[in-house]
Amino acid sequence: MKNRWLSGPYIVWMALFTVIPLIIILFFAFTDSINGGFTLKNITSIEAYLPILLRSVWLAALSALICLIIGYPVSWTIAQAKPGRQRFLYMLVMLPMSISFLLRTLAWVALLEDTGIINNILGSLGIDPLPLIRNNGAVILGMVYNYLPYMILPLYTVIMKIDYRLVEAAQDLGCSSGKVFLKVTLPLSVPGIVSGITMVFVPAVSTFYISQKLGSTGTVLIGDVIESQFKTAYNPNLGAALSLVLMVIVLICVSIMNRFTTDDESVATL
Amino acid sequence: MKRLLSYRLRRAAALFMFALILAAAASCAASKDTSSATINVYNWGQYISDGSDGYIDVNAAFTEATGINVNYMTYESNETLYTKLKTGGSSYDVIIPSDYMIARLIGEGMLAELNFDNIPNYQYVDEQYKNTAFDPENRYSVPYTWGSVGIIYNTKYVKDVTGWEALWNEDYAGKILMFDNPRDAFGIAEFMLGLDINTEDPASLKAAADLLVAQKPLVQSYVMDQIFAKMQREEAWIAPYYAGDYLLMVQENEALAFCFPEEGFNLFIDAMCIPANSENKEAAEAYINFLCSPEISGQNLDYLGYSTPVSAAKEYMSEELTQNEVAYPSEETLERGKIFLTLSTESTQLMDSLWLEVKTTDSSGSYLLWGGIVIVVIAAALVLIMIMRRKKLAKRRAGYKK
Amino acid sequence: MRAFTRAFTVLILIFLYIPMIILGIASLSSGTDVAVFKEFTLNNYGELFRDAVLLPLLLNSVILAVSSSLLATVIGTAAAVGIHRMSGRLRSITMTLTNIPLTNPEIVTGVSLALLFAFVGRAMKTNNVMGFLTLLIAHITFNLPYVILSVLPKLRQMDIHLSEAAMDLGCTPIQAFFKVVMPEIMPGIISGALMSFTMSLDDFVISYFVYGAKYITLPVEIYNYTKRPLQPKIYALFTLLFIVILLVMILMNILQARDIKNRRRIRPPDIISKLRRAGS
Repeated sequence: MKNRWLSGPYIVWMALFTVIPLIIILFFAFTDSINGGFTLKNITSIEAYLPILLRSVWLAALSALICLIIGYPVSWTIAQAKPGRQRFLYMLVMLPMSISFLLRTLAWVALLEDTGIINNILGSLGIDPLPLIRNNGAVILGMVYNYLPYMILPLYTVIMKIDYRLVEAAQDLGCSSGKVFLKVTLPLSVPGIVSGITMVFVPAVSTFYISQKLGSTGTVLIGDVIESQFKTAYNPNLGAALSLVLMVIVLICVSIMNRFTTDDESVATL
Repeated sequence: MKRLLSYRLRRAAALFMFALILAAAASCAASKDTSSATINVYNWGQYISDGSDGYIDVNAAFTEATGINVNYMTYESNETLYTKLKTGGSSYDVIIPSDYMIARLIGEGMLAELNFDNIPNYQYVDEQYKNTAFDPENRYSVPYTWGSVGIIYNTKYVKDVTGWEALWNEDYAGKILMFDNPRDAFGIAEFMLGLDINTEDPASLKAAADLLVAQKPLVQSYVMDQIFAKMQREEAWIAPYYAGDYLLMVQENEALAFCFPEEGFNLFIDAMCIPANSENKEAAEAYINFLCSPEISGQNLDYLGYSTPVSAAKEYMSEELTQNEVAYPSEETLERGKIFLTLSTESTQLMDSLWLEVKTTDSSGSYLLWGGIVIVVIAAALVLIMIMRRKKLAKRRAGYKK
Repeated sequence: MRAFTRAFTVLILIFLYIPMIILGIASLSSGTDVAVFKEFTLNNYGELFRDAVLLPLLLNSVILAVSSSLLATVIGTAAAVGIHRMSGRLRSITMTLTNIPLTNPEIVTGVSLALLFAFVGRAMKTNNVMGFLTLLIAHITFNLPYVILSVLPKLRQMDIHLSEAAMDLGCTPIQAFFKVVMPEIMPGIISGALMSFTMSLDDFVISYFVYGAKYITLPVEIYNYTKRPLQPKIYALFTLLFIVILLVMILMNILQARDIKNRRRIRPPDIISKLRRAGS
């Protein structure tokens, strides 16, 4: 059918601007920055950045988990609301996502700083300033804050679609509400959980702005290193190698997560 | 009767055309900005008087005088400027790098020779700032400011600062800021170790890097322009930075003081250049000419606090500023000032990679490794659970088939 | 239990909005520091409107967002229709292609596009290749998957016999598409377009790597601003944007509610009369 060729322009576009750039990254990753020859030096130098990679993965995974724990009750509550209110709440959750996350993160900096809002309030109460910023906790807070909507929305979409008759049937068969949740609601919402975790983990592991503003000199994340290779020091080869490693890590995590869901075309259902 | 174009088809076509026209118009509008009536100026942050506090707005004055618009952008450090030029992302018409970076750009052929017929105000620049080490024949640059690096500290919390070791003082842990560019940071470490700040000896550079790594746990943050907010609000108490910026900061917080360290400090000249691929050379030269006229230089630097290379400009500056020890230090103090020279490519790359190591050194490594192990264990457990579940399901399905 | 989760939800919503409140208050303060409130003043808003730099940047962002989302919607909808007809290997390859920008970290997309453009720039011997065109290409590239993933489910939900029925009643395939298929998938198209617009308007990471001096978007400039002492008119801009988007979303909500109420009134026979009209 002729209809298939409607996707022609799209495929050409993606080949040009998605596949070819990735090939270029491969090319740069294996090229020496000084003389342009083939080298494995960039890849082997990754070894020095292993702690940073681990830190990025660790913080991102922790943030995804916290987002899940916080986001699930919220999604569940929204899904239980009346349809009109559901739409309103959905909009309320989506709204922060549409406005500059840079400035919102800065607001957190102002809140958490040693001379910031929270410490000013504590000071007027006579309490010593707390070290709220420039540590891993602040970075996790920043990640959770920025990416919570990305967890709530897919979860809500999936929970909303759960056939309520299944829940009723379970209740009719004598399950307590706790058991209903564990055996019916939770397993049926797994696609949403997978989708949500993916959507939080991927940006969290590659962020550089949050760690720059809320982190200490010790919480350097892999995104920071990649960004500096393209913006301050000029070493696109190292940057490309690090991007390659980051991409592989994300691919591995996402494919592990995808094993838990069967629907392959709604990995990122929003 | 069949109608070939339905309402919806027409609407879709209209939307598409609208999008195309919008895109075309926008790209036309965008490219119009770089016609001869606009120049792209790329300068340090907080490095031009922009009309605040009642001082002159240099860019606006320039546009008024010549009719040329200024598209003004800022960078944080010489290295950021160099990377921006190197990645070939954009064309700038006027850039204002520091001495050593200008030498590097000249060496790589990235600067255009200036046509001094278009810059008559060059005659006002003092002789001592011409024929410099970085531009011996005065072909590529016109000095904009000169200045020095020193220690800015908050007298409420920090006492008796005389030398660079104050930045390694553990009493101020977590309240110390540090330069976020390799040259300035290594320069400070090299002063501490008594080395030549233009050394290319790998062992010396390594020693300087080690000193910086030792300082890292005490450092609150590596900053450039973020320093203003942090020092003014007393979020940090002590930091190395440029003398002119100190004069700006002290107006907001009078508890701040400045010190020229005993071991020596960096003396720099920032000069205006035109990148080789600029498309508006004459307009750029007009801008440079404008900036080094005594009147404009005086009014501009009256606000900035940096020192002017044009003595005649001092007539247009406040008396207070021209007598200020920080802005115009005595001969005796200036003796301790040292100028950066450009380093060879190998040394620059060594410094860059050492600096990256300093910035990415992890002081809490072991907990990280444990975290990594935990993740691997959890992942393996997940995979195992999955595989077992699949097997169970397959067995059950096989049982149904019977 | 219900009450607890409800209270928790409200708490979390407040948590999500704390920065907006803080920035809103800061925009009304005469000081430059967010943490310290000096005096109440509306000057910042006045300064914002007189500012010659920020508002044109906002316009830049809007123009970019509109053009990229429109183009992405057109290409993406066509793609979705085509994909819907595909099967087997071709389909899974295309879906993998679609998923790449989604599961790839934004920084990797940005970096790869930057390298591509630098490469092309060097081949074309120009030094200022980054500009509106590169931003547009980058934005369309990351918008396309969202459009496709919004439209595809609607195509799947649609009854496939509808367009066949229309053609039986005398439509050409093009007419069948525009008169029958499009209205059915229109909600998907609209949500895809809106999502693209929103993502494009606020995109920072990808734009940060592919922008040039000639065309700067608002988020990129805000990032440059955050490296220096911030001026309070930025808080004013942020607060205004927030209020505008809030109003737009409320409006959309009301329209959606009304649309659903109207839809409930359409009875099944109407589809047949629609098809008949489509065929004439």
